[in-house]
Amino acid sequence: MIPDTSSGGGGSPTTGGDPLVKLDGVGVRIGSTQILRDVDLEISAGEVVGLFGANGAGKTTALRLMATLIRPSQGTGTVLGADLTSQERYDVRRRIGMIGHTPGIFPELTLGENLRYAARVAGVPPERADEALVAVGLGGAIDRRAGASSHGMQRRTEFARELMIDRSLLLLDEPHSALDRDAVDLVEGLIARTAEEGGAVVVVSHDRDRINKIASRSVEIQGGTLS
Amino acid sequence: MTTGFWHQAAAVVHRDLLRERRRGDVLWITIPFGAIALLLVPLAVGTDAILLRQIGPGMYWVIVMLFGVLVSVGKASNETLPQQDASALLGLDPASGFVGRATSATLLLLIFEMVVGVVAVGLYDISIIGIPWLIVTLIIVAIGLALLGTLTGSIVNSTSAGTALVPLLVAPLSVPLLLGATQSYEGLRLGHSILSWVLLMVAVVLIVAIIGVLTARPLQEM
Repeated sequence: MIPDTSSGGGGSPTTGGDPLVKLDGVGVRIGSTQILRDVDLEISAGEVVGLFGANGAGKTTALRLMATLIRPSQGTGTVLGADLTSQERYDVRRRIGMIGHTPGIFPELTLGENLRYAARVAGVPPERADEALVAVGLGGAIDRRAGASSHGMQRRTEFARELMIDRSLLLLDEPHSALDRDAVDLVEGLIARTAEEGGAVVVVSHDRDRINKIASRSVEIQGGTLS
Repeated sequence: MTTGFWHQAAAVVHRDLLRERRRGDVLWITIPFGAIALLLVPLAVGTDAILLRQIGPGMYWVIVMLFGVLVSVGKASNETLPQQDASALLGLDPASGFVGRATSATLLLLIFEMVVGVVAVGLYDISIIGIPWLIVTLIIVAIGLALLGTLTGSIVNSTSAGTALVPLLVAPLSVPLLLGATQSYEGLRLGHSILSWVLLMVAVVLIVAIIGVLTARPLQEM
């Protein structure tokens, strides 16, 4: 998946064996609350990293930080070669996929319309949207309204989006929840494919046994600090 | 602004119009309420035809301003954080998103202006004069309100102050638009040039558009 040369991807600032994610003493403060503190983390190409921690430990904030969606308050960091405090981060966003607890799709649109919107914005041929939905087993539900679809179908749609757009970094928050056995296989296939093709994956989960089977290493987050 | 910029903006317009078609917020809620507001005024001030003809154009523009800002603020602030995150990670340029949201709000406001305009003409017996300039005024007001509402919606989305900020942000910039629109109609009625009022409205539109595009990235990260 690296380098990305498709339109709208903004090219790849990463070079050689540089880590895809490099955080050095990073802290994140939102309002008066220090969410993350002194986080040091390097993730290299091909790695699948399990991220564990209690509720409120800062896992979701860590994912949004690595997605370049929030800036560090302290420390320095790069993601896919882009400095987290510079304008470069806008250029690499298209190569970062993130699936959180709540689906980021529009309930008023059909599953197909959601993916075609994603394709148009990402500069991907629109026909790949329907192909991706077929690939995740939603070929018969392309015209179904997202808001009238089950949570599992909405999550499958998000996985279809990640299949459709080649990502170099995949950030998954509890990816196995609300999924049946087939969908779990899809997720694990996507994780494996991303890592095999030179990307990296971070998986947040409470299910240590399941993640330990697919992760190359694990990190624990406690009170906003990694251990 | 590259082809990709406009391509992304077009995708956002298409998405927003599809969402509106399914939700019907403007067509089935805002437009009827705007028409009802116009209907209530004659009930309050009486059915004196001369008085209604005099206050009709002003009432129309006030209704367009109030409901128009509500439409565009609502359109700009009806995305959840996961939806915003997902769009950002598709590589959506925040400025492109701003232009797309403002464009879809403009199209909806034009529909609002036309439907409520028909009601106003019927109820208040307003004379339609200087049609080309009237159309120009309607379009500029729709663009101005859409930009203003979209900018305000972006600020509301980005700050903890929430909707409390809306009147404070909207009032100062909507006043020149309201003045420009009402004075343009009055100028047309009296046969005067309305160019200066049109230029005032265009200036407001340009200022808000520039502010909106330049602040799109910082606002996304607040």
